[in-house]
Amino acid sequence: MYAQMVETGVKQVKDRADMDAQEAAFMQQIDAEDKIEPQSWMPDAYRKTLVRQISQHAHSEIIGMQPEGNWLTRAPTLKRKLQLAAKIQDECGHGLYLYSAAETLGTSRAQMLDDLHTGKAKYSSIFNYPTLSWADIGAVGWLVDGAAIVNQVMLQRTSYGPYARAMVRICKEESFHQRQGYELLLTMMQQGTQAQKDMVQDSINRLWWPSLMMFGPTDDESPNSAQSMAWKIKRKGNDEIRQQFIDQTIPQLEVLGCTVPDPDLKWNEETGHYDYGTIDWAEFFAVIKGNGPCNKQRLARKVQAHENGAWVREAAIAYADKQANIKSQQSNTNKVA
Amino acid sequence: MSDCYATQGHDSLNQYILHLADNPLVLGQRLCELCTHAPILEEETALMNTSLDLFGQARNWLDYAVARNPQLGDCDALAMGRDERHFLNLLLCEQGNGNFADTMARQYLFDVWHRLTLQALCLSQDSQIAAIAAKSIKEVDYHEQRSRNWVIRLGDGTQQSHDYMQSAINELWSYSDELFVQGDDELQLVAQGIAANQSSIEVQWRATVSQTMAEATLTLPTDCFQKFGGKQGEHSEPFGLMLAEMQSLYRAHPGAVW
Repeated sequence: MYAQMVETGVKQVKDRADMDAQEAAFMQQIDAEDKIEPQSWMPDAYRKTLVRQISQHAHSEIIGMQPEGNWLTRAPTLKRKLQLAAKIQDECGHGLYLYSAAETLGTSRAQMLDDLHTGKAKYSSIFNYPTLSWADIGAVGWLVDGAAIVNQVMLQRTSYGPYARAMVRICKEESFHQRQGYELLLTMMQQGTQAQKDMVQDSINRLWWPSLMMFGPTDDESPNSAQSMAWKIKRKGNDEIRQQFIDQTIPQLEVLGCTVPDPDLKWNEETGHYDYGTIDWAEFFAVIKGNGPCNKQRLARKVQAHENGAWVREAAIAYADKQANIKSQQSNTNKVA
Repeated sequence: MSDCYATQGHDSLNQYILHLADNPLVLGQRLCELCTHAPILEEETALMNTSLDLFGQARNWLDYAVARNPQLGDCDALAMGRDERHFLNLLLCEQGNGNFADTMARQYLFDVWHRLTLQALCLSQDSQIAAIAAKSIKEVDYHEQRSRNWVIRLGDGTQQSHDYMQSAINELWSYSDELFVQGDDELQLVAQGIAANQSSIEVQWRATVSQTMAEATLTLPTDCFQKFGGKQGEHSEPFGLMLAEMQSLYRAHPGAVW
């Protein structure tokens, strides 16, 4: 999940009886599964929640380029280099697409980026973990994109139209990334040397729990989650989609011939789901608060690129202004003539 | 160096194909070093996209070199297994990224040459060379359009961007004459209608670049010291470091399947 713990600004879900006519009509539209569009009336809290969620999602796509870019210069074959470059380019495209969706709610990309750079806005906790081997590139595709897809498939039905439509397109590319990541790992496990196989297992050991944390804390502890569900921004609870992810991932893990670092993981005949161990939420909250392995370096890199590029952006604007002036002078001359 | 290649099964045509492969390979590698460093997100995708195109082109050329000489192994053995003295790219392609003006000036000077060379190669007597050139040129047309726009935008933007772009052109001009140097082996391929004739390309390149510089309010350096050697495998010191990074994983696991 690329958006975690999105603040809704409410302490408890508002009762229908307390709503005025406008808000009640809005909720009826939500209930009827009619999409909310940019020009629609919406409660301020709904608008703000969406801006927080969509921009957090966009920031995650952009910051997520860093751990992948870490191996781009070292990809072991041209085929893998092409795949990784294409994937990173896709992620950047998703970021752009999502910033545009958020802009339809009245917040500029510049403002959203400023919020990221100053630490006001967050991005997914997962991207604060390092990519320490080439196998991590496969594991990120398989597990991280895999976890994101479970969430994003749900978001294709989210109540805000531009966000839902962005998800349809993004899901297609993310599914491709996930299969590509899995194929990378499968190749290393089935045709690789022992060193390569060890690399894959080590990668899963490090990334398994952080991937499960991507879905956010358990629903019981989140009033934001309940409000987002009432607005149908979220369609399923954190625990439900986490379980769905585990259930679909473990059979794939078995085909790889790998294990996950969870002694409590086992199939439960009664529930029809996998049971799993307790997630270390202390680690999750530490990462969210800025104390993950790479928080500082990820943000510093982003800020540095932005600051180093200031003169380029200024030049582009200056040039565009000059061109606009020339055009307007020409147009005036034509009018006089 | 050419003797060394001969013992490895490289005839003069394969040398030429490797030269065509190494230019996009090396420039593509320089561009992917810039991942997440772009001044604006749209340029992040453009840099990655250009890098991606160039790697794809390099792979097509390398595959052809291997098809002609299967003993070379595969495209990865050529990209990741050769030492720096065996790379035949133009020195321009390996120059460091510098600031965004340096990156775009390098890109533009190369893109014009690349487009003109590929245009000529579309008419090559070697049908596979003509086919790869025809496939590549669609991408390179776009590369040139973008880099030209940036040279003009930065040249005629603010005083600061103008100074950066002028300084970039001044520095990179030292690698311009090498674009058009052809040894005896390559000239023989030109005579056979296989390789591009760089003397006619040079005229078009200088005219095109001059026009862009004028539009960008930039001046072309005169009396600039010229450097040569890339096509003979004599590269800069930073080039070895760039290759060391690019080849590190491949070489750490000899024979591994990825």
